Amino acid sequence: MLAGLGVLTAGLIVAQAGALAAVLAAAAGGRLDRTALAGFLGSVAGRAALAWARGAVAARAAAAVKAALRADLLDAVVRRGPAWLAGQPAGQLATLVGRGLDALDAYFTGYLPQLVLGVTVPLAVLARLTYADWSSAMVIAVTLPLVPVFGALLGWQAQAATERQWRRLRLLGGHFLDMVTGLPTLRVFGRARAQVAVVRRMADQHRVATMRTLRVAFLSALVLELVATLSVALVAVPVGLRLLGGGLTLQTALLVLLLAPEAFLPLRAAGSQFHASQEGLTALDEALALLAPPTAPPERASRTPGTVADDAASAPAPAPPLSTPPARSTTPVWSTGWVRPGMADRPLGAWIEGEIRFESVTVAYARTTALRDVSLTIRPGERIAIVGPSGAGKSTLLHLLLGFVTPTAGRITVGGVDLAGVDLDEWRRRLAWVPQRPHLFAASLADNIRLGAPEASAEALHAAVRDAVLDEVVALLPDGLDTRLGERGHGLSSGQRQRVALARALLRDAPVVLLDEPTARLDSGSEAAVLAATRRLVAGRTALLVAHRPALLAEVDRVLRVEDGRVTEERRPAVPFTAVGAVPEGSAA
Amino acid sequence: MNLGAERTVWRLSRPYLGRLAGAGLLAAGTELAGLALMATATWLLVSAAGRPPLDTLTVAIVAVRALAIGRGVLRYTERLAGHDAALRVVTEVRARVFATLAAAGRAPAGRRSGDLLSRLVSDVDTVQDLLLRVLVPAFAALVVGLLAVAGTAVVSVAAAVVLAGGLLLAGAALPAAAAALTRRTARIAPVRGALAVDAVDLTHGAAELIAFGAARTALDRAGARARELARLERRMAAAGWAVDGLGVLLSGATSAAVVVVALRSEVGGVLVGVLAVGALTAVEAALALVGAARQWTRLRPGLNRVAELLTGPADLAVATGGTGVGGTRAGAGVDTTAPAPGGPAGMSATSGDGTGGPADPTGRAGTGAGRRGAARRRTGCRLEQVTVRYRADGPPALDRVSLDLPPGRRVAVVGPSGAGKSTLLAVLTGAVRPDHGRVTLDGVDICERSPEELPRAVSGLLADAHVFHATVRENLLLGRGTATEDELTAAAAAAGLLDWVRRQPAGWETVVGEDGGQLSGGQRQRLVLARALLAAPTDVLVLDEPTEGLDPRAADRVLASATAHAGPTRTVLLVTHRLSGLDAYDEIVVLDSGRIVQRGSHAELIHQPGWYRDQWQRQVTTELAYPAACG
Repeated sequence: MLAGLGVLTAGLIVAQAGALAAVLAAAAGGRLDRTALAGFLGSVAGRAALAWARGAVAARAAAAVKAALRADLLDAVVRRGPAWLAGQPAGQLATLVGRGLDALDAYFTGYLPQLVLGVTVPLAVLARLTYADWSSAMVIAVTLPLVPVFGALLGWQAQAATERQWRRLRLLGGHFLDMVTGLPTLRVFGRARAQVAVVRRMADQHRVATMRTLRVAFLSALVLELVATLSVALVAVPVGLRLLGGGLTLQTALLVLLLAPEAFLPLRAAGSQFHASQEGLTALDEALALLAPPTAPPERASRTPGTVADDAASAPAPAPPLSTPPARSTTPVWSTGWVRPGMADRPLGAWIEGEIRFESVTVAYARTTALRDVSLTIRPGERIAIVGPSGAGKSTLLHLLLGFVTPTAGRITVGGVDLAGVDLDEWRRRLAWVPQRPHLFAASLADNIRLGAPEASAEALHAAVRDAVLDEVVALLPDGLDTRLGERGHGLSSGQRQRVALARALLRDAPVVLLDEPTARLDSGSEAAVLAATRRLVAGRTALLVAHRPALLAEVDRVLRVEDGRVTEERRPAVPFTAVGAVPEGSAA
Repeated sequence: MNLGAERTVWRLSRPYLGRLAGAGLLAAGTELAGLALMATATWLLVSAAGRPPLDTLTVAIVAVRALAIGRGVLRYTERLAGHDAALRVVTEVRARVFATLAAAGRAPAGRRSGDLLSRLVSDVDTVQDLLLRVLVPAFAALVVGLLAVAGTAVVSVAAAVVLAGGLLLAGAALPAAAAALTRRTARIAPVRGALAVDAVDLTHGAAELIAFGAARTALDRAGARARELARLERRMAAAGWAVDGLGVLLSGATSAAVVVVALRSEVGGVLVGVLAVGALTAVEAALALVGAARQWTRLRPGLNRVAELLTGPADLAVATGGTGVGGTRAGAGVDTTAPAPGGPAGMSATSGDGTGGPADPTGRAGTGAGRRGAARRRTGCRLEQVTVRYRADGPPALDRVSLDLPPGRRVAVVGPSGAGKSTLLAVLTGAVRPDHGRVTLDGVDICERSPEELPRAVSGLLADAHVFHATVRENLLLGRGTATEDELTAAAAAAGLLDWVRRQPAGWETVVGEDGGQLSGGQRQRLVLARALLAAPTDVLVLDEPTEGLDPRAADRVLASATAHAGPTRTVLLVTHRLSGLDAYDEIVVLDSGRIVQRGSHAELIHQPGWYRDQWQRQVTTELAYPAACG
């Protein structure tokens, strides 16, 4: 499409120059050549229409590509799961999906169409000039390749510089942001105003560094400009001299003069757009790197974008472990996909209600081993607390059951069936999870609670709200349960968020409950409310509770201690806090 | 149109106006050289066709060659000059913005969300685009247009009128239309914003979505949003590019009209061609304003936000005053005295020229505090009937709170969440001014102390402490830039951080990541606590939940060592929700709904009915179980 428009545009440029040359040649004699003038205006009108069409077509392409990439990126995020996400810079991904990809507009509506014209227009101009005056055509033909050659030579240089600059800009931009974010802290130590000078100096360093790269980057612009204008001079002066000698008509001479710059224009425009489009290409690179294997199977690369729904059918088989663990940090080695269709070869059966067994499970993270050779059995209905110092691997136990992390060695079975071979979505339907820091979505409070049970009735919703001791919070909100929460649950305290997460889990009404440090970061008041809600949540369910605070320990049948990746059994808590519900006795192994 | 934002930028650009004007003139020169090149070349050809003697053409031949080279050189210098000037202005704006934020310092901390802040950072960069892509090209187009019309008028007034008309359409009407269409694209913004929220929810909330089987629904919704956005973008683009089409049409039509008019008014044959080619080039130069107008429209929201911030009620004078040599030195306080300069992180880069003055921040802080210390008698800090209301009609966050904090005293503030504990600390550190009552330090109202002075006397660990993307050492030295290696080690040891630091391959130079992202929650907490201990304020050390996120045994240990580290003369004010370890405190104050409801020692309070006893009993019963469970 763009190519066709490019060819047409090139033709019209040649026609326009020819007509204008005729008009001017006639005007030199004092005549007005009406036919040529009409031709000139006609080709100008055609070019105008084509310019419009070209932009519109390119913009359509940009919009389509961006929409597809966005869908694919978000899809990949969910497909790869939380373990992969943990190794990604926070927020950067969300920014890429949002504003980041918009930088592609410059590439699609600016650079790409110009690149097409950069091929078609010089060819058309050369063809026309060869026909009109081959010696001028020779000059153009010789100088024209200088544009891409110099452009490439300097472009490489500039690109390397641009990339260095890009990283530095991020560092400096990041520094400014870091300083602004940390202002309250700077203030506590009386450094806020003093830091102004640092900010100024960093900004100035930024300027100096930028200018250093620009001096090189703009060299390419200089050379391209020089080649183009000099070639006009190189064409115009000999043509003028030949006119003097009478070897050429004025109309041909004018045609040569008018066409010569046109041959260079699109290439130069493409060159100048190149830098503007770099940001878009960087974003594209980033996006493609995120979408690329090893996490995605190879066939995904050629997949038509935008067919998110098909993913379910073509989703990967049990995935291979990452061969090179991400350098960044504690990224768990591999997260299983979030859908495992085609795994229905093992029909849902009684197994899913059976006991959960960890069989010599080892989980190796990029730098450390989170769990070593862990074996344990969780019987249906059993409530187990997990204690241990922070970073000991407590959360990993839950993530294993959630399917966010798969064992590096060993296996987890449910009712004797290996979890690695089951439909994880099906399995997760049996789980309710209260994470350490629950994420609240920018939706109504009710929708947030309904996350795992969108079909739940209003009565069930209210019951969950009540059981989570959330009713007092709801009463304070302007629209009650229909209040829309801000981004990431802005407007609720951490204790309130925790209770929303508990309500979510209560409404999910799943037989297995996984709770991660539910009382961390809360003051005693909220802790009591959360504890009460937790008690209701675990009653009658299989529960695995990661506990920093001791308040929960009274609720459980067994206590497991995780230290240094090893799990040991503790004896049952000595002092039950309160006799709520019937705690099944003697279930400890 | 309200141009307040542009005026603000203008005001800030004033020191660099010379550079900006130079860039503008260079840009105009570039365009003029291009115009003159084509016009002269046309004149050369049309004249040559009349077979004049060669020497009449010599000047034109030389001019064509000179203009061809001149244009390229002018373009290069123009772009360099423009960028340099714009970046200088941006430096100024960044510093001002930061200064304004730093000066507007008495608001409660942590109110701005991270997204707002990153928007602010990119808003600041819009200033650069305003100058480079709007102001300079507009100036150049104006100069070229005026000169082209004037030049044409010399030959033919009628042709000049036609050209002026074409230029006005190309340089005013079309840009206005483009701006209006671009403004219309603001309608896309809500969809774009919704998509951004979806992206945040899908990335930050992926775990929940997956665990609760809601990922598909969320993905479908985001996908639909992306497609809707694409649809809107396509529609807007179709209208926007029509303006570009009109621009092409206009340049051709103007030049045709110039030919017709010039011929009618009997302009010499040679000059008709010159006028026509000149008109074509001039209109094309004016069309650059279309792009500038688009750019401008896109920049305005960001510019307005920056201007609003900068022209807001803040004492800029003070904030920007400290930019002299002394200020610069002291400004490097974050890292000046770091014994090992350099490191990969952002902050270490600041140490560049700051390391020059080893004694600077000390000198300033030390003498200030010293003078004061000699003159005053240390009677400690005192809150007298302090009342704080965040909203006039709301309940008070603090209600007539009086508290005596003599030197060396250990006071703990406890109470349910929302009781006013953090507000109490905010008042004490000067972040919030009391609506009634006052806070005195050695008998003098703390409001009389400058934002630099007060933290020397009162500081510590406050809620939402930020960890900078720098090394452990730099983060710690933020507390006190002059700390010695021994003091550093002691503070880290008291906070329980030292063992971890020693285990790191890079030791003190370990980079902690964005907001301490490379640290575990516990290490991060120990780091901010160590920083607070290192700060060693002369009078009151405040500690807001210093052991949050640590397991109970570690929490008890760290609290004890941190309290001990404060020494015998310094007051410690602890805010906590954990009651263990408080028997070492002289006084415990129970806050509820902004009021002190109980006060006394731990031993007294556990025998009085009330919140403290209830809470203590609850904690004892559960924590008794914990050591048993933990072995």
